[in-house]
Amino acid sequence: MSEFLTKSRARNIFYGGSLFFIGIFAVLSIDSHLYVVNESTSKAELTDEVVLGKHVWEKHACINCHTLHGEGAYFAPEVGNVMTRWGVLDDPDDAAETLGSWMEAQPSRIEGRRQMPFFDLTKEEVRGLSEFLRWADKTNTQDWPPNDAG
Amino acid sequence: MKYSSQKVAYAYFVAALGLFAIQVLGGLLAGWIYVAPNFLSELLPFNIVRMLHTNALIVWLLLGFFGAAYFIIPEESEREIHSVKLAYIQLIILVVGTLGAVVSYIMGIHEGREFLEQPLWVKVGILVAALIFLFNISMTVLKGRKTAITNILVIGLWALSLLWLFAFYNPDNLSLDKMYWWYVVHLWVEGTWELVMASILGFLMLKLTGVDREVIEKWLYIIVATALFSGILGTGHHYYWIGLPGYWQWIGSVFSTLEVIPFFLMMTFSFVMVWKGRKNHPNKAALLWSLGSATVAFFGAGVWGFLHTLHGVNFYSHGTQITAAHGHLAFFGAYVALNLAVFTYAMPMLKGRNPYNQVLNMGSFWLMTGGMSFMTFVLTFAGTIQTHMQRVVGEDFMSVQDQLTVFYIMRFGAGAAVVIGALLFIYSLLVPRKELFTETSGSKPVTGSSPEAQAVLEGGR
Repeated sequence: MSEFLTKSRARNIFYGGSLFFIGIFAVLSIDSHLYVVNESTSKAELTDEVVLGKHVWEKHACINCHTLHGEGAYFAPEVGNVMTRWGVLDDPDDAAETLGSWMEAQPSRIEGRRQMPFFDLTKEEVRGLSEFLRWADKTNTQDWPPNDAG
Repeated sequence: MKYSSQKVAYAYFVAALGLFAIQVLGGLLAGWIYVAPNFLSELLPFNIVRMLHTNALIVWLLLGFFGAAYFIIPEESEREIHSVKLAYIQLIILVVGTLGAVVSYIMGIHEGREFLEQPLWVKVGILVAALIFLFNISMTVLKGRKTAITNILVIGLWALSLLWLFAFYNPDNLSLDKMYWWYVVHLWVEGTWELVMASILGFLMLKLTGVDREVIEKWLYIIVATALFSGILGTGHHYYWIGLPGYWQWIGSVFSTLEVIPFFLMMTFSFVMVWKGRKNHPNKAALLWSLGSATVAFFGAGVWGFLHTLHGVNFYSHGTQITAAHGHLAFFGAYVALNLAVFTYAMPMLKGRNPYNQVLNMGSFWLMTGGMSFMTFVLTFAGTIQTHMQRVVGEDFMSVQDQLTVFYIMRFGAGAAVVIGALLFIYSLLVPRKELFTETSGSKPVTGSSPEAQAVLEGGR
């Protein structure tokens, strides 16, 4: 190896190979971007309510306790399928109401139980968050999670 | 230390150590909340604690990399840093940004994407600091001697700074958001940071073992080639379940399996260099951290990464405590230990003293490494049970968590050992001015005038 693979050959392999893989990655990224827009998230419309809900989700750093599509902290339940778990996936009004009363009941203050903080959300914000979670639930995630427990 | 501008690194290292303390204390608090969930729940909720824990980690590792670059590049390029003043301005921007972020997190002001929670003005500050840094080191490198170590280091730092631009792009579509979010997160820790790691490790091996530069640099190019060949498409292992095409399951499984190779090579490289090298460098603690980093990175990033990376496995284990176990050992081995290695190597020179702190420092290595390993084991057990009960049996999240309490108690104990180790490390680096434990070290104490001591003060020459 040491005869054939000189330092400059090793360097050129590094440069050439990296550019090659960056190229493949770029092509697949474009394809994936189009797939997201046209297929996996096309079942539910990306409404203003959904966008508002995403901002609510971010403003309160929900991801630092919960997971969403399995990503986030592992302190609190998965919410990518919470609307399915609650059985309200196709009923926007019921979904917002269920979520609203859940959020209002926090924190539970039960001793020895993980606490979710109280977030002072407006009615519109609750509706947005609920629409955002319904929208995420309808994304084609290759059948993940394995069951409703999330 | 051969160049006076290397001194800049000292300020970076001290700032990094301060944040390191904040990071591990934040981690300990988060670990305690797992055991006693009502603790501080309304004053400082878990999401904020975790934000402090992860953000402090990322920023101190970056400060360490910047400092290491300012230390290494003058020696490699054989000239002073282009502008010492710019280097300090860069540090001030980063420290102000970091303190600003900490204060605003505690007040509940933050953006909402995991690890990228910094308020916009802090993100911009990081970008400005990175640009100053790139200008400064690029000018230094361009005017000086070109080596593979600086070449790889500078490519890594340029690439990670450019990828930071994706932190500013937050699409409304959640799946797109996640896809580009990984451009920062994955392509940092499983791509560009590996370049930085390999070049710093190469520099340390060059100095500590005295092996021929040609040999080391050829190894380095092979290591970073395997890192990027596997790591770029290895991004696919994050694209399985977030709304992206199904082909990522195969691409991600194959290429992220290959991601074990660069870590295996870095470990092999370090041990082979130590065997080959004839130099008996007196800074044994720096050697311990270097070998430890390469070894624990192989296990944490390589083995524990592979453990749950195949899509058939990940379908069940995704987002469980197994992920947490892997994350902790991988970050500790690859990036924490490597930074501590370079701090340990450089500090005696930066402070103009002998490596007086060897026993305390090495003790802190075993405390931290032992603690992290134990934490990884108990979280892996917890994650295995969680995966089975929640993902296979389908039991509710919280009732599964309630049954994992014993593991979280053990994790807290392991975390406490890490915190003690970290504080001991900081103490050993900054405080002792006299040789400690000369007899127990078993070797001839290094005195100010001995050739070994001179070698340390001059950077191992």
